[in-house]
Amino acid sequence: MTLQKDVEVLRNIPLFKKIEPAKLKLLAFTSEHLEFVAGEALFKQGDVGDAAYILLEGDADVMVDTPKGEMRVATLGQNDIVGEIAILCDVPRTATIIAKTRLVTLRVSKDGFFNLVTQFPTVGVEVMHELASRLHQTTQQLGDATARLRQLENGAG
Amino acid sequence: MQPTIFGFIRRYSWRQQLVILLATVLSFPFLYASLDLPKQIINDALGQPDGGTIMGYQFDQLEYLMVLCSIFLILVLINGGFKYFINVYKGVVAERMLRRLRYMLFSQTLRFPLPQFRRLSQGELVQLINAEVEPVGGYVGEALATPAFQGGTLLTILTFMFIQDPVLGLAAIILYPVQIYLIPKLQRRVNELGKRRVRRMRRLAEKISETAGGVRDIRTNDASQYERAIFARELGRVFDIRFDIYKLKFLIKFVNNFIAQLGPFFFFSIGGYLVIQGDLTIGALVAVVGAHKDLSAPWRELLNHYQLFMDVRIKYDQVVAQFAIPGVIPDERQSSEPPDGVAVTGSWQARGLTVSDEDGDTRLDGVSFELEQPERVAIVGPSGSGKEELCLVLANLLDPSRGRFLINDQPLNELADSLTGRRLAYVGNPSTILTGTIRHNLLYGLVHRPVSDQPSGAVAGDPEPGEIPETAERRARRLKENALSGNSPYDSDVDWIDYAAAGLGEDEAERRRALIDVLRIVRFDRDVYRMGLKSSISSATQGDLAAELLDARRAMQAKLDADPDLARLVERFDPERYNTNATVAENLLFGTLVGDTFDLDNLAEQAYVKEVLEKTGLTHELLGVGYQLAATMVEIFAELPPDHDYFRQFSFIDAEELPSYRALLNRADPNKLEALALADRQKLLSLPFKLIPARHRLGLVEEDLQQKLLTARAIFRRDLPKALEGSVDFFDPERYNDAASIQDNILFGKIAYGQAQAEGRIATLITEALEEKGLVDRVIEAGLDCQTGGGGARLSAMQRQKLALARALLKGPDVFVFDNPLAVFDSREQVLVRDALLDYLADKGVFWALQNPGWSKYFNQVLVLDGGRLVEHGSFAELAKPGRALQRLLEDSDDGGRA
Repeated sequence: MTLQKDVEVLRNIPLFKKIEPAKLKLLAFTSEHLEFVAGEALFKQGDVGDAAYILLEGDADVMVDTPKGEMRVATLGQNDIVGEIAILCDVPRTATIIAKTRLVTLRVSKDGFFNLVTQFPTVGVEVMHELASRLHQTTQQLGDATARLRQLENGAG
Repeated sequence: MQPTIFGFIRRYSWRQQLVILLATVLSFPFLYASLDLPKQIINDALGQPDGGTIMGYQFDQLEYLMVLCSIFLILVLINGGFKYFINVYKGVVAERMLRRLRYMLFSQTLRFPLPQFRRLSQGELVQLINAEVEPVGGYVGEALATPAFQGGTLLTILTFMFIQDPVLGLAAIILYPVQIYLIPKLQRRVNELGKRRVRRMRRLAEKISETAGGVRDIRTNDASQYERAIFARELGRVFDIRFDIYKLKFLIKFVNNFIAQLGPFFFFSIGGYLVIQGDLTIGALVAVVGAHKDLSAPWRELLNHYQLFMDVRIKYDQVVAQFAIPGVIPDERQSSEPPDGVAVTGSWQARGLTVSDEDGDTRLDGVSFELEQPERVAIVGPSGSGKEELCLVLANLLDPSRGRFLINDQPLNELADSLTGRRLAYVGNPSTILTGTIRHNLLYGLVHRPVSDQPSGAVAGDPEPGEIPETAERRARRLKENALSGNSPYDSDVDWIDYAAAGLGEDEAERRRALIDVLRIVRFDRDVYRMGLKSSISSATQGDLAAELLDARRAMQAKLDADPDLARLVERFDPERYNTNATVAENLLFGTLVGDTFDLDNLAEQAYVKEVLEKTGLTHELLGVGYQLAATMVEIFAELPPDHDYFRQFSFIDAEELPSYRALLNRADPNKLEALALADRQKLLSLPFKLIPARHRLGLVEEDLQQKLLTARAIFRRDLPKALEGSVDFFDPERYNDAASIQDNILFGKIAYGQAQAEGRIATLITEALEEKGLVDRVIEAGLDCQTGGGGARLSAMQRQKLALARALLKGPDVFVFDNPLAVFDSREQVLVRDALLDYLADKGVFWALQNPGWSKYFNQVLVLDGGRLVEHGSFAELAKPGRALQRLLEDSDDGGRA
């Protein structure tokens, strides 16, 4: 997998699609290719966040600790980006990511990511977009969940 | 120390001074003869046509002239010979005396009572021992020689002149009394200034060392401009003094010169008159004028000598005043051998111990207690309560101002250092770590006296580069010279390590184990192990270890081969294969560089590398790679600000060079790179050598190029010229590589890029391989030979303390005095090391000044200090009760309530 291919992959990721190829090349060049075998963790919930990962090949499970043990909340696939929240707002990792298959990632370090955002404001805006839409989605889900919870409580009461 | 410089000279060099004097006296007849001869030549040989007789032989005029001239030549040689001998001898005497003086001062420094080091800063000490005594040594060589020689010369010449003509002789010296009266008057003022200058220079030295030591505080307070201003002020003071000295010195010179020039005036006027009158021959006048010319030199020398003497006398007085101080430890305490039958275990009694500092403040106030050693004693109290001072007294480092400390009824401070320094150990905080290896520091507790009189072969101390082990003959001369200068009777180059003092026998393995054991106890072994992994060993001297490490390499390879999951973590060095996790340079050279023949940064300019590249046709290809690499770098780094950290981390081209490469790319035709100027080609060629295909993923080192580089690798090794042999230690699967670290030798490859957790897992694997082969201790031993850096700078504060503790343990004394030695440890390590120490020292005597009073429960007795007074003494159980001072301390401390 060469730098050129990395750039192709990055261009297909919505977050980066508006960035010119030379900048993507810099991002790819300053990032690290990191391979995981199935079952290996990219990072664990509660760790300090030092990097975001872009999935280039393979799938990964997103696991969250719950009182009833670890639960899978989502599965990530090619071109997904994961781990950016922890490096953006300095909170510990909110989930554990486990390679489901052999996984090839591009590891973007915290510095690299911030460099990108500060050097290229469009990336910042894209990140904002992405986060806003996720927040929207989460709020909706929360509303749904709250409504359902109330239904259940009423039914039980 | 002799109080005056006369005493010093008389005591240590009178014999040599006599030799100088004797040689000087012997030289005078020849000097006189050589003065007289010109007159004879002019008057007799030239003036009388019928020749002359010498010792009964008759010569005609020409022969007579030639004989006299020959005699003159011989006399010149003899005089020169005397001068040469006297000068060399004086030099030797001067150097010996300087050496002796410096040694005495250094030796005295080692005997200073501790408070003296607060009065005299390091900077001042250095200034005193190094710079200020320098002229003193020089003067000693001249002390008698110059007055004798120059005075004698002067007298000889004067005698000669008086014999020629008393009037002329008188004329020559008529103004001397003026000089003799005037010069000392002026000189006295110079001396005063000289004294002030010495003091100022000392202050300056102190200021410099203070700045070097306190640079952090200066900068964090933005006080650097202030410091500069102060320094400039000090320099200004020195300048003023020196300027005044110059003015006076040159005034003296002016007076001297003027008076010297008056001589010819008298000769030509009075002498000329006498010649015209016929009372004096021309020959005599010429000889007298010549003699006067010779006269001014010794007279000037005498006056200079007087000035030097005055200068040196002040320096000596001032230096001695700093060293001859009350309270200096008697020499016998440090030089005597350990007394028989005296032990430091038994009864320990403090009787009214009082310690006052130099301002008269009481630090310890009438402390009395009695206990039996071995015993485990905690010393607690708030900071400033006198814990530190008590520890120093217990370790025999500080003499109490009043009161006594008795061990088995003998005053502690009358016991020889050879007893207390071996049977007692003291670890304070921070501890001093010496420049040298960890091993050297560890064994420092055992270097009391030499244990053999044969040189160990290694150059001891801190050898200069190129210093070689000396021959027996040179060694004998060195030791003789040592003795002549009154220096240490011991040879530093012999074996000093007294294993027997540590209770260790002759067995090499036992000794080695002992070193590692003490490291384990203080939990320093893992650190040293890691240092060992990164260090290298020599298979010439440690062939067995190298062979075993090769075994470990094979074991490691077997492990990797057996598990594909592990195998992907390492790309091994294979002479037949290109290593994609290594740089192009590493692939080409395929070895570890030794020395600096090959410079990795400028490999493309190395003649032999160029030759190999040409031979294999790689120049063309690498130019192409360099071009593409430059293009990529220019493209992706173009818009980054020049100071961006990415340049340092990732770029092949520095920010400053980027524009020049851009220009180069613009003028280059990628299809005709060979047509570029030599400098441009070099620039392109310099780039690809650091390329690592697996890391950089630029697709520039493909299969075809890899094959060519493999060919070049083989040719590089095969054709390596004789002159370059040994500058590369080639990778060989079956051979230990001396130039590489132990770790790299076991791994024998590169950790693969892009494999998660690869480094950590490989480190574990290496350790496992070493553990299986039982080599961990051997690696620790290799780590022992790592350098600590100046004053232990390469070690962390905790590592330095651990090393100091290990050193104390290895010494194996009976009683340990610990002054809060774990202060810089993190809390987990504090507890672990404390427990390990107390466990190991179960049957030894321990005094431990504690920061955390809660720890006193691990001790049998507790001394509670407050404001320099001993307020309580008893067992923990007795004292940890309501109303007791210890209980209050426990409650005040963090975890005391729970203790």
